[in-house]
Amino acid sequence: MSAFWSWWITLIALANILACVWLIRWTARKRPGEAAEHETTGHEWDGLSELNRPMPRWWLWLFYITIVFGLIYLVLYPGLGRFDGLLGWSQYGAWEEEVASMEERTAPLFAEYAKIPIPELARNDEAMQTGRRLFGNNCAVCHGADGGGRIGFPNIANDTWQWGGEPEEIYASILNGREAVMPGFGGAMDDEDVEATAAFVFHLSGRDAPEDLIQRGEETFGNFCAACHGPGGEGNKAMGAPKLTRDEWTYGGGMDSIMTTIRDGRRGRMPAQKDLLGEDRVHVLAAYVYSLSADEREDAGDAE
Amino acid sequence: MDGTIKYNENVVRQFALATVVWGVVGMAVGVLIAAQLIWPALNTEFPWFSYGRLRPLHTNAVIFAFGGSALFATSYWVVQRTCQTPLFAPKLASFTFWGWQTVIVLAAITLPLGITQSKEYAELEWPIALLIAVVWISYAVVFFGTIVKRRVRHIYVANWFYGAFIITVAVLHVVNNLVIPVSLTKSYPIYAGAVDAMVQWWYGHNAVGFFLTAGFLGMMYYFVPKQANRPIYSYRLSIVHFWALISIYMWAGPHHLHYTALPEWAQSLGMVFSLILLAPSWGGMINGIMTLSGAWHKLRTDPILKFLIVSLSFYGMATFEGPMMSIKTVNALSHYTDWTVGHVHAGALGWVAFITFGAIYHLIPRLYGREQMHSVKAIELHFWIATIGVVLYIAAMWIAGVMQGLMWRAVNEDGTLTYTFIESLVATYPYYMVRLLGGVLFLAGMLIMTWNVWMTTRPETARVTTTNTVPQEG
Repeated sequence: MSAFWSWWITLIALANILACVWLIRWTARKRPGEAAEHETTGHEWDGLSELNRPMPRWWLWLFYITIVFGLIYLVLYPGLGRFDGLLGWSQYGAWEEEVASMEERTAPLFAEYAKIPIPELARNDEAMQTGRRLFGNNCAVCHGADGGGRIGFPNIANDTWQWGGEPEEIYASILNGREAVMPGFGGAMDDEDVEATAAFVFHLSGRDAPEDLIQRGEETFGNFCAACHGPGGEGNKAMGAPKLTRDEWTYGGGMDSIMTTIRDGRRGRMPAQKDLLGEDRVHVLAAYVYSLSADEREDAGDAE
Repeated sequence: MDGTIKYNENVVRQFALATVVWGVVGMAVGVLIAAQLIWPALNTEFPWFSYGRLRPLHTNAVIFAFGGSALFATSYWVVQRTCQTPLFAPKLASFTFWGWQTVIVLAAITLPLGITQSKEYAELEWPIALLIAVVWISYAVVFFGTIVKRRVRHIYVANWFYGAFIITVAVLHVVNNLVIPVSLTKSYPIYAGAVDAMVQWWYGHNAVGFFLTAGFLGMMYYFVPKQANRPIYSYRLSIVHFWALISIYMWAGPHHLHYTALPEWAQSLGMVFSLILLAPSWGGMINGIMTLSGAWHKLRTDPILKFLIVSLSFYGMATFEGPMMSIKTVNALSHYTDWTVGHVHAGALGWVAFITFGAIYHLIPRLYGREQMHSVKAIELHFWIATIGVVLYIAAMWIAGVMQGLMWRAVNEDGTLTYTFIESLVATYPYYMVRLLGGVLFLAGMLIMTWNVWMTTRPETARVTTTNTVPQEG
């Protein structure tokens, strides 16, 4: 703020406050020949009139107290243009102080957790209570309170992983975020090709589709999709290309949804949490996400 | 006294009836969206019925259609009588009625269609905003023209407030609607970032200060002494609280933007001026309530006076609560919670709607040549139902708001938030039910009023069987 505007706002703010004081005193003054307190001012409108009573004393006190409080506040806190106030308080400073003191209190706890490997931490009840709350306030808004996902946001409570389900892979997904890009093929395929490809993808997940469409779709799938999703739709976690054989879908598994995906493409963006939560909290969070699919991991382990 | 002057009562009648009709519509939409917050299925699959589109319809309908029509009706009635002269430019006055109704109908069409400027209380897109400006300037011409040709020397205090309301709303509306249109239904503001936010809340809070406060104080200064048949308590108080109120209100807007990117000096000034606003706001309440001194017994028998005096109590409560909520420490708890919603409704239902009910009940019989409303008992019933409704509404929102504020800031030992947002929402459901009940009661009162107004205003021939005190005209 330039010096001119600083003075401008300071002067008109103070002038308005002081004008109120002047107004009170000017109005309260008795004038020779005016009506007595219990009499009307002598004016009348449509049968209405006004008494010449003084202003209630308690009300004047209230007015003065708020004015004095206001002036003191403006001396102590930033308010009058560029003047920072005698206390040097600012909302940014107050916030940083609060964050720093909270960080000082809680950082040792998270530093301890960070030393424990993720699979082990995932069995630590106390850490997982903390993880559940971190998840509820940071992740649930997209992935759901149970991690079950919803249209556009992957299910992270099962053992199907777009970017990999190993502890370090989950950690990396949360810490640095992920950008998934599925290009739209509406320009390269005609409508029949789109439908046929969709039918093949539909069929990949073990569902029935017209045989002629599947055959034609297998060819277009090989040309356009297999590079990322693999010839059998097995997916590629290195580039976040989902597995297509399990009838689990981020953007919907109906024919219409699959056709829309093929025609228009999809963009999935998981925001990086590094600057928001820090590495140690992400570590706990990764353990919590890892724990969400613990049952399925055990099943898989038994099977092996 | 009035017999020699032929006042223009037609436009007052039109606006008075419009007040009742839009009151029903606006409050019904309010009840619907309160229900939608409990049962999301009521949003239906049609986008026109979604909460996000109906909420601005509710606010616009109650503030500008219901409240606005009431302000037009009463100001036209008051300015003629206290100036002892008929309205200046009666055809222009008639235009303000039809123009204002057109604005309301256009709002009712465009808002559900999702056509909006996305500025709270200034949602209507630029073609409608332009029409508002034209109607408003016409209103100013009629009102101040009548003041100019007045036949009494002094200007009555009610007209100071109506006048300040008309001038300020014109300025607020024009400045906050400076936009660059890109099509008939879409525009972008000429301001950006924090400046846009500041202009919006300078407008937004002064819409409260001048539309919902100064305008209705004008109403109060006529109908309270008239109904009580007593002189105004203190002329000196009128002077101080008028000038202090209109000058200090101008600064209060930034309290809507505490702890945001708005520069801190603006936040502090917003808070300080909001606090200093307490006494000037209360000046109106004192002047209204104390006008009754020597006539308190009338409260027992006159339900119209009950409406007027209780409205002043809610006004005093809301204008105490407002400065408290503007204190940054309190605001850190209350902001973004349902406490704000409760605060607004203490003002909107308790003050604005109650004083409007009182004024309309006072006006309707006089506008239609009746001695009194068709049923005084129905006014009494309306008063009690509405009072219970308001109390349920604001008590529910107070509790819900403080609870939400506390839940959102609760922190565990490990530094994590104790509750997720969804948990605070789940905890709010019972209070949403109570709020809905309060709203339903308030709407029920409005329907009783509608019936009463209908019975009072329907043509003479239909009324003969029910009333025999009014002589038939030949």
